[in-house]
Amino acid sequence: MAAVPGRAVFRRGVLAGTAPGFRDRHPYLPFILPAVLLVTAVIVFPWAFTGWMSLQAWQVGGERRFVGLANYARLLTDARFGAAVWHTLLYTFLAVLLPLVLGTLSALVFDERFPLRGFLRGIVVMPMMATPVAIALVWTMMFHPQLGVLNYLLSLVGLPPQLWVFDPATVIPSLVLVETWQWTPLVMLIVLGGLAALPSEPYESAELDGANALQKFRHITLPLIAPFLMVAVIIRTIDAVKSFDIIFAITQGGPGTASETINLYLFTQAFSFYDIGYGSALAVAFFVLVVALSLALIWVRARTNWTLSGGA
Amino acid sequence: MVRGKLRIVLRKAALAFAVAVIVSPALLFFLWMLSLSLKPEIDNTSYPPVLIPTTIAWENYRQVLAEGSFGLYFWNSLIVTGTATLVALLVGVPAAYGIARARATHLAVVVMIARMTPALSYLIPLFLLFQWLGLLGTLWPQIVTHLVVTVPIVIWVMISFFEALPIELEEAGRIDGASRWQVFRLIALPLARPGITVALLLAFIFSWNTFVFGIVLAGRTTRTLPVAVYNSLTFEQVSWGPLSAAALIVTLPVLLLTVLAQKQIVAGLTAGAVKGG
Repeated sequence: MAAVPGRAVFRRGVLAGTAPGFRDRHPYLPFILPAVLLVTAVIVFPWAFTGWMSLQAWQVGGERRFVGLANYARLLTDARFGAAVWHTLLYTFLAVLLPLVLGTLSALVFDERFPLRGFLRGIVVMPMMATPVAIALVWTMMFHPQLGVLNYLLSLVGLPPQLWVFDPATVIPSLVLVETWQWTPLVMLIVLGGLAALPSEPYESAELDGANALQKFRHITLPLIAPFLMVAVIIRTIDAVKSFDIIFAITQGGPGTASETINLYLFTQAFSFYDIGYGSALAVAFFVLVVALSLALIWVRARTNWTLSGGA
Repeated sequence: MVRGKLRIVLRKAALAFAVAVIVSPALLFFLWMLSLSLKPEIDNTSYPPVLIPTTIAWENYRQVLAEGSFGLYFWNSLIVTGTATLVALLVGVPAAYGIARARATHLAVVVMIARMTPALSYLIPLFLLFQWLGLLGTLWPQIVTHLVVTVPIVIWVMISFFEALPIELEEAGRIDGASRWQVFRLIALPLARPGITVALLLAFIFSWNTFVFGIVLAGRTTRTLPVAVYNSLTFEQVSWGPLSAAALIVTLPVLLLTVLAQKQIVAGLTAGAVKGG
């Protein structure tokens, strides 16, 4: 494995001797090179290999032959893939919106000064740092229709029991509940960063004009933290689209295929059906979707010409 | 005067209530997890559910720890996460420094796309590669795939830390005749030590939590703790008590780190996040 580069490489003249002027144009190349090699091996190579495999008809242990774009053509007519795309979009929309709203409200509260603030912030952050499999397991027990604590809590406020992740109609909202519980803290942290950088002058003049708290939030705070909300939306979208651990550990895409997102369908094709070619085409399509979505959001952010305080 | 005081008290009460509402989902969840892991089976299957165990069922934990392979899985987790974190630091910290100082934004974009890419899309090619290399029975496939998680985190966090360092000190070092490597080693690296702590914590935690790769790449003797928990979840009918105890043991190191180092972790998450857009 590539380690920290030896001192000798950096001594004056070693690289300059082999390629005159090269070292001056790229003085930091030796710092970056080991990482470039590593990233090429474990990240860029898999990208390229996946692209190549997606053009083959290839079952594990079977014959491999070149089929061109046939796997991609199959995607277009695959109803199960269409359903997976719909599940992914629905899940992503909800899993961005809910943490965004709740995280912003939480940040407004945690921006105040109160005792034990740091420690309590540590508690709030715990769900996003905890091991996903471990929390998925406990959520599965809490979702249990007969013995689960969630239905008991519903009964306390007079609501009928639910089937949660065991009913195709409620499985996606139930999973979004877990995802929201897990990732609202991240939005809170991002927005807290925005609130900490707010100037005090607009509030002072608004005070003089007799503005109430809601007006101040709507007309001063919200526009000023908008760039941070946008960052939160971008990060949340990227993470929600490719959410896997929680869904896989709780439902494995079920009941039936009711919560099967693209990510889970990809896993099933590649590692349950061992269809490497089609699985790779799915991976490429998914990769394109995620990157396109992210770049579109980043483009929107750049277009609106917001500048981040502290951003380079 | 009295009305003013009442207002302050009411405001404080409202704030305390709001804080309680925000903290309770996390707090109650982990308390419930603890309760499940300490209750005997009779409590866990009773309705209405009980929060405080009637008797503390330490045997849930004893059962997990006595399970023959637990020590092995713990060791596997340490090796995989430890190696992946260490290699990511050795390679990623100098790279982040180079990217920050050379303003190599195109490299930063590659790292960002790597962060966007679904982890699963690395799994098919790497699975085939390791099968072909005959490494599937060892820990190497998991160590290498965990680098996919740790390297982008380290580079991303460290770029923002190095960019925030005052460049004047380094320029002074260069004028005094130090090489770029010496400037990095003797000036930038000591100043960036808090950043390295943050990168180490985040890389360790997210690698520890990763289990997608293990499901496919790990055999019976090479499972990490999260993979082992997932397998016991699906393939064996275990009662809730021991299962919760296992889940708590797996995530306990991470939870302790989060509470003890919450300041560093929050700093790292926001640095990575705010720059991450």
